[in-house]
Amino acid sequence: MQAVEVNHVVKSFTDKVAVDDLSFSVAQGEIFGLIGPNGAGKTTTIRMMMDIIKPDSGEVTILGEKLGEATKDRLGYLPEERGLYKKLSVLDSIVYLASLKGMDKHSAAKKADELLEKTGMLATKSKKIEALSRGMGQIIQFIVTIIHDPQLVVLDEPFAGLDPVNTELLKGMFVELRDQGKAVILSTHQMNQVEALCDRILMVNNGKNVLYGDLTEIKARYRGNAVLLDFEGELGEVPGVAEKRQHKGYIELVLDGKTTPQQLLGRLVSRGIVIKRFEMATPSLNEIFLAEVGKKHE
Amino acid sequence: MTLIVPVIGLLGIGVFSLVSAGAGPTLVETVTIGYVDEIGGFDQYTTQNNIELVGFDTQDNATAALIGGDVVEYFVITADYTSTGVVNRYTLARELETPATISIAIKNFLTSNLLTGSVSPDTIELVEKPLGLVTTRLTETGEVATEQGGFGNLIIPGVFSLLLALSLQLSCVYLVQGLGDEKESRLIEVLLSSVNTRQLLVGKVLGLGVAGLVQVVVWLASMPLLLNLASSTFGGFFGTIQLPANFIVLGIIYFILGYALFAALSAGVGAISPSAREGQQLIPMFTLLLFVPLWFSSILFIFPNNPIWTVLTILPVTAPIAVMLRLGVTGVAAWELAVSLAVLVLSIILVMFLSIRAFRIYLLMYGKRPSFGEVIRTLRSG
Repeated sequence: MQAVEVNHVVKSFTDKVAVDDLSFSVAQGEIFGLIGPNGAGKTTTIRMMMDIIKPDSGEVTILGEKLGEATKDRLGYLPEERGLYKKLSVLDSIVYLASLKGMDKHSAAKKADELLEKTGMLATKSKKIEALSRGMGQIIQFIVTIIHDPQLVVLDEPFAGLDPVNTELLKGMFVELRDQGKAVILSTHQMNQVEALCDRILMVNNGKNVLYGDLTEIKARYRGNAVLLDFEGELGEVPGVAEKRQHKGYIELVLDGKTTPQQLLGRLVSRGIVIKRFEMATPSLNEIFLAEVGKKHE
Repeated sequence: MTLIVPVIGLLGIGVFSLVSAGAGPTLVETVTIGYVDEIGGFDQYTTQNNIELVGFDTQDNATAALIGGDVVEYFVITADYTSTGVVNRYTLARELETPATISIAIKNFLTSNLLTGSVSPDTIELVEKPLGLVTTRLTETGEVATEQGGFGNLIIPGVFSLLLALSLQLSCVYLVQGLGDEKESRLIEVLLSSVNTRQLLVGKVLGLGVAGLVQVVVWLASMPLLLNLASSTFGGFFGTIQLPANFIVLGIIYFILGYALFAALSAGVGAISPSAREGQQLIPMFTLLLFVPLWFSSILFIFPNNPIWTVLTILPVTAPIAVMLRLGVTGVAAWELAVSLAVLVLSIILVMFLSIRAFRIYLLMYGKRPSFGEVIRTLRSG
């Protein structure tokens, strides 16, 4: 059973088609990256998955069913714009929002204590939300998202405003959720985090599917005919190299199309160059994102 | 707010008790007023309670005495008084109307002097005494009614109406404030991932409604207790205060229905408002209507059977307060109550339906508030 199945979903607002015939699925036990430029339709797609808004056409299935009251209790959602009741204490906020997911107060309070301790936030238990910093508030909101042990967790920009320590903390918890067999959907502009965490991705632009599938395969598809070289010695002119691009700490050699990387390696070794690093150049997801979004804008 | 009202009532009674216990008997000052008798024969009965009447030969002398401060005012019994009945009064004070004590004193002075010698002193005293009118209200079967009416019957409904209007208005403010805060903080998205819009709206309305109902019940329950205390402290007038029949039951019913109507309206307003502040600005649009019967309550006393009161009883936004006020003055006919309640219930259903729709459409719309026309168009198209 797929955690999420979105089939040919369309959603329009007065002046715009926000989601245009989008289809994808998310499996259990994976971290799925939902990426795209601003206004691409990511948040609209997420809201349709959460049944906050209805699609104009198409179908959304969550955990094998159309979203209903019982299914909502098995979802966790961290929206991009954070919000909690400012005048409530941390514990009261967590327990109240957990109770909306069907947890009884006693269990919610106990689990809240565990999660607060895990995230180093136990000392803030009795404080009011308004007394917390932005980052601390986000951690609390993440706790609210997962306290009821949801099968599907949707996170919209979870790292926004977090310091590196808390970012690593959350990343560890996302991986833990995946390892427990949960489905995690991560929507973010931080491509480095997507590369680090996600198993599969969907890139959306202007409401349409631009890239979809396994992250490693997608990156391999975009791999160009170049190698990254860190060396000692004089390089000089190397046959088969059409262009050299100097980077900090290494050089990128663009091959001429007739030379394979193995042939180049052989030529370099035969010249007596001491090779410290020889690697196939694969573009970063950020570079792929820019290339795709830039392409569509042309 | 719930306990403040009865506590203030208790404090008021307590303070009055303390003050009146500490004060001695009230001293009444003697007031001297002058008169000019152009007919002759008005020279007896010159002491009327605390008012001394002093005669002057001429109006000039009386004016000089007025200016000199020997008298506080004077009046002239003109030569044609017995045919016109007119007496001219002169004073240095600026008044809205002649003080009742002065008016009564002058009238009794004139009456006593006119009747002396013609009728007995007992008859003169009877003429001068205030009319001792005792009114007894009968039922349509000729029995003495349990409710005798009068201002005593109006106090509780009047006070309760004002408190009810304030309570309903405050509830609207809290509802819109809460919705606006959740919308501004985007918490609404987290809530909607757990509950649907209908559950969210009904939950808010019911939650605040129960709180408001507790408040109203506490006020209603404390009123008989405060009345008892007040009548033993203030005596007299407060002893005449009665609760109109069915007042408590109707008070609770109209609170519940009035609250449901205004809460539904408030929810709709909260849904279309991008922030709590904008929502607060829209609330007076309909909550001011709550107070319309109170603004015109003096007309109710003068024209209690005017058809406008029937209209206000049936109009859903004014019904809760209009009915409460009318219960204290004239009572409300059974058919009017039936129609009022039916219209109120139907209005609640309609407004709830539209508010849930507006809720669903506008709850996630942030930014500029939609215009009234846009809202109507969107609600129609759904």
